Amino acid sequence: MSEIPQDLKYTKDHEWIQLADDGTALIGITDYAQESLGDVTFVELPEVGDSFESGDTFGVVESVKAASDLYMPVSGEIVEINDALEGEPELVNRSPYKEAWLIKVQLADDANTDDLLSADSYREIAG
Amino acid sequence: MSDLKPTPLWRFHERHRARMGPFAGWNMPIQYSSILEEHRAVRENAGMFDVSHMGEITVEGPEAKAFLQKLVTNDIDRVKVGQAQYNVMCDGEGKPIDDLIVYCRGDDKYFLCVNASNRDKDFEWMQKVAGDFDCEVNDVSDAYGLIALQGPKAETITSMVLTWPDLKPLKRFHFIEREWSGIPVIASRTGYTGEDGFEIYIPAESAEIFAETLLTAGIPHGIALCGLGARDSLRLEAGYPLYGHELSEEIDPLTAGLSWVVKLAKEPDFNGKAKLKSNKDQGLKRKVAYFRMKDRRIAREGATVLQGDREVGRVLSGSHSPILNAPIGSVLIETDSIEKGGLSVDLRGKRFELEILQPPLQQYAVKEEDEDQEQEAN
Repeated sequence: MSEIPQDLKYTKDHEWIQLADDGTALIGITDYAQESLGDVTFVELPEVGDSFESGDTFGVVESVKAASDLYMPVSGEIVEINDALEGEPELVNRSPYKEAWLIKVQLADDANTDDLLSADSYREIAG
Repeated sequence: MSDLKPTPLWRFHERHRARMGPFAGWNMPIQYSSILEEHRAVRENAGMFDVSHMGEITVEGPEAKAFLQKLVTNDIDRVKVGQAQYNVMCDGEGKPIDDLIVYCRGDDKYFLCVNASNRDKDFEWMQKVAGDFDCEVNDVSDAYGLIALQGPKAETITSMVLTWPDLKPLKRFHFIEREWSGIPVIASRTGYTGEDGFEIYIPAESAEIFAETLLTAGIPHGIALCGLGARDSLRLEAGYPLYGHELSEEIDPLTAGLSWVVKLAKEPDFNGKAKLKSNKDQGLKRKVAYFRMKDRRIAREGATVLQGDREVGRVLSGSHSPILNAPIGSVLIETDSIEKGGLSVDLRGKRFELEILQPPLQQYAVKEEDEDQEQEAN
């Protein structure tokens, strides 16, 4: 049974998103995702300043088993990336919801957050 | 999943919380903790693997040796009682059917260990070849469990359980057949990781108690339970072929870099000899080579290898080496292209450089102080 914090939003692609009041959001992959991927060896992240539409590929998580694309759960601009993952990609396995956040995004004005899943709905996919 | 065969250690895996997965029709432990941690444990201390899925076949009778000489590429005359020999078995066209280990238990008594995925095909082929010889071939796979203990501490740990005075001095590719607590076991100084270690054949019904005993003995020495994930990354790093990847119907043993087990000069004719000899005489245009990547993306099976814009090969296996902290793998590549260098692999339209190295690849690990110097030099 994987961990699914109640205070986060989720996508069917097994990403989590933490929305802040200032219109930014932290994005990462879920405990279920890191479990399925196994040992993560590399995370390719975008550059600060890049903009993406919801559904765009913004990076890749490489594990011993497979490479997996990362999809933007909302439209927005990258304002920060998690540099710690460059040297310690295994943080994704160890702390998917805290230390291994991937990107911080400034949500676009027209960003749609209505389709994001609640913890309860996500549990039905990844319980 | 219910059609998968359980190994004699299935309760052991359940108790030790292995993550199980299908392999060659078996329900096998893929990993216990982390593939990378298990891999490191084998290089630094010791790791224990359940490889009971491997097939065991006995060959007995007055013409057992003559049969094996016909069957395999290596020279069976060179294996004495108590010794083991690595081998390839080809069809008449020189296409490998499998790679295997031949154990000599007596002049007319041999024991073969074959790949799980090829077991039925191998046995069928052996029975066909054996038709011309006075010997009996039996598939005894279901009677055996097989446990591998590998790593620099493997000797210390194994000798605590198999307390035989001749175990520690046992040479590589030699084995001892004897009773442990009244149970007949075969302890062989062989392995598939590039480390020292043992592979222990034990009656299926006693495999679990033996595994628990070995694990208990190994805990003070940093033993790790290892799954097939680490087994694959270890063998790739060590530069050992896996049938279906580096050795296959398409890749003959010479191309696979196994010419040392293909004795073209051996007197008795063997299956595939003429074809292999003519392949060699014509010159091998392609070969299997092992590589490290400079970037962090893993090049996986099937990826195209390029020299400039020309396709010169393809990736056969790809993984990550925690010892080099870099992606590693194997390629089937045009022999001429290796010396020229400038090789890259295409991963979804992007080029990544790869560097061909002579295995074992773990020898290229950069020590921390060297790394500092390298950075200063740059």
